[in-house]
Amino acid sequence: MIPVCPTTALPPGEAIRVEATEPIAVFNVDGDFYAIDDTCTHQDASLADGWLDGCAVECPLHASCFDLRTGKVSGPPAKTPVRTHKVVVQGGTVYVQPGTAADGAA
Amino acid sequence: MSRTVAVVGASLAGLSAARALREQCYDGRIVVIGDEAHAPYDRPPLSKEFLARRASLDDIALGAPDDADLGLEWRLGTTAVGLDRLSHSVLLADGSEVRADGVVLATGARARRLSGSEGLGGVHVLRSLDDAVALREDLAAAGRLVVIGAGFIGAEVASTARTLGLEVTVIESQPVPLAGPLGADMGAVCAQLHADHGTRLLVGTGVAGLVGTGRVEAVELTDGTRLPADVVVVGIGAIPNIEWLADSGVALGNGVLTDARCATNVPGVVAVGDCAAAWSATRERHVRIEHWTHALEQPATAVATLLGTDRPTPTPVPYFWSDQYGARIQFAGSRREDDVVRVLEGSCADRSFLAVYERHGHPVAVLGMNQPRLFTRWRRQLRAAVLTHS
Ligand SMILES: Cc1cc2nc3c(=O)[nH]c(=O)nc-3n(C[C@H](O)[C@H](O)[C@H](O)COP(=O)(O)OP(=O)(O)OC[C@H]3O[C@@H](n4cnc5c(N)ncnc54)[C@H](O)[C@@H]3O)c2cc1C
Ligand code: FES
Repeated sequence: MIPVCPTTALPPGEAIRVEATEPIAVFNVDGDFYAIDDTCTHQDASLADGWLDGCAVECPLHASCFDLRTGKVSGPPAKTPVRTHKVVVQGGTVYVQPGTAADGAA
Repeated sequence: MSRTVAVVGASLAGLSAARALREQCYDGRIVVIGDEAHAPYDRPPLSKEFLARRASLDDIALGAPDDADLGLEWRLGTTAVGLDRLSHSVLLADGSEVRADGVVLATGARARRLSGSEGLGGVHVLRSLDDAVALREDLAAAGRLVVIGAGFIGAEVASTARTLGLEVTVIESQPVPLAGPLGADMGAVCAQLHADHGTRLLVGTGVAGLVGTGRVEAVELTDGTRLPADVVVVGIGAIPNIEWLADSGVALGNGVLTDARCATNVPGVVAVGDCAAAWSATRERHVRIEHWTHALEQPATAVATLLGTDRPTPTPVPYFWSDQYGARIQFAGSRREDDVVRVLEGSCADRSFLAVYERHGHPVAVLGMNQPRLFTRWRRQLRAAVLTHS
């Protein structure tokens, strides 16, 4: 597990980029934490820089939307989903488990 | 309800129109006619990753796995040569025709050429995949590139060529590149990227002609200077592909003229993307927008117009991006000459900033360089502001 930050450092509506073999973006949606691959599957954009809209993030470059729960892409130009990663909150710290898909993800 | 819709132009706007037809529950026949032999592909990478050989043809394909479910009839490698306004028939170069109930015009634009450059080897424009492949091959064997025109495509080609190790000179006839879209102040800031990366930029200089027999050898400037060149790229704008509609009765200007909801003067015929000039209420004239996001989003409105359903008009905040020398430039909004621009975050010297254009104290446009997160927030805010004010 990779420690991300204290929960207080990632308030609702915010995102943070975590350096891993493949960078990961962690989001806080109204107190629930989600993690997906940070790099958009279309081109080279960081999804942590994107716009959070409910449980989806809109890519900052060409506006493809990814569902944070499943990684699925809802519209062009991206064609393939991003991977999701499991998030664990323990003792006030947010951790991600790279490579382990979030519960409920496709 | 219409039973056959013909989409003319098989690129971003045409494919987006076909997808929008299905999304909006149209279940009739859709025929997509395109003069290029290739299945739809994305153009922006042609001056960037594809030209640098960092993206393959597969990478830039626009088709998605789900598109097979759309049930489209493709007529690729087929040029439309006319439109019969009464029968809604699209006439094809091979003499056949596609009879339709509704027609979507999405024939885009082509690169403007330099007169006198016909038939001279080593001289390129960049609009299509075939153009990009030809340029890529020529660049691989070249040492010196001269780019005529310091607009977005010219600047991107220059930037890519530098990464390929070429010696690059860019010639711009205006005193400041990109002053049209960005204003002189910010145009000058973006133009500094050329010098940062070892590209020579000559401004306020006209081209007298190209020198060479069979193959280009130099570019001659109006002051008599000769710039030796192995390859020349002409990036001086684009012309809408509308000549084929000359006798159709469809109203034409600088593009196919439409109302704000993409309707032409001919019932059942709509126009989208780079070939269309839609009425802008705020600017009180027809405006032809040549941006990717516009060609992606506008067809949903056109299709609603065609199907006679109600749908909101297109996003009133135009957006485009450009990648040059590793810098990500993003712009949203509508700028006018008298707007005041202020840098709110970062600094131009660091090549990382966010600048806002204001009119009577209100933000109307935003420019970001290497500031995607802040830029996205501003773009959203602008969109919300425009929606509440219209
Ligand atoms: C090199 C390059 C880089 C770009 N980079 C960016 C960028 O970074 N950011 C950005 O926002 N925008 C960029 N653009 C602009 C963007 O690609 C266009 O706005 C977009 O492609 C417009 O889509 P369209 O479908 O309207 O037109 P087009 O993509 O031009 O497609 C029109 C299609 O119709 C076909 N056609 C024409 N006439 C006929 C006929 N009579 N019969 C049948 N078919 C016909 C054409 O061959 C073409 O395939 C770039 C464009 C180019 C060329
Ligand atoms: S890079 Fe994300 S949609 Fe293009």
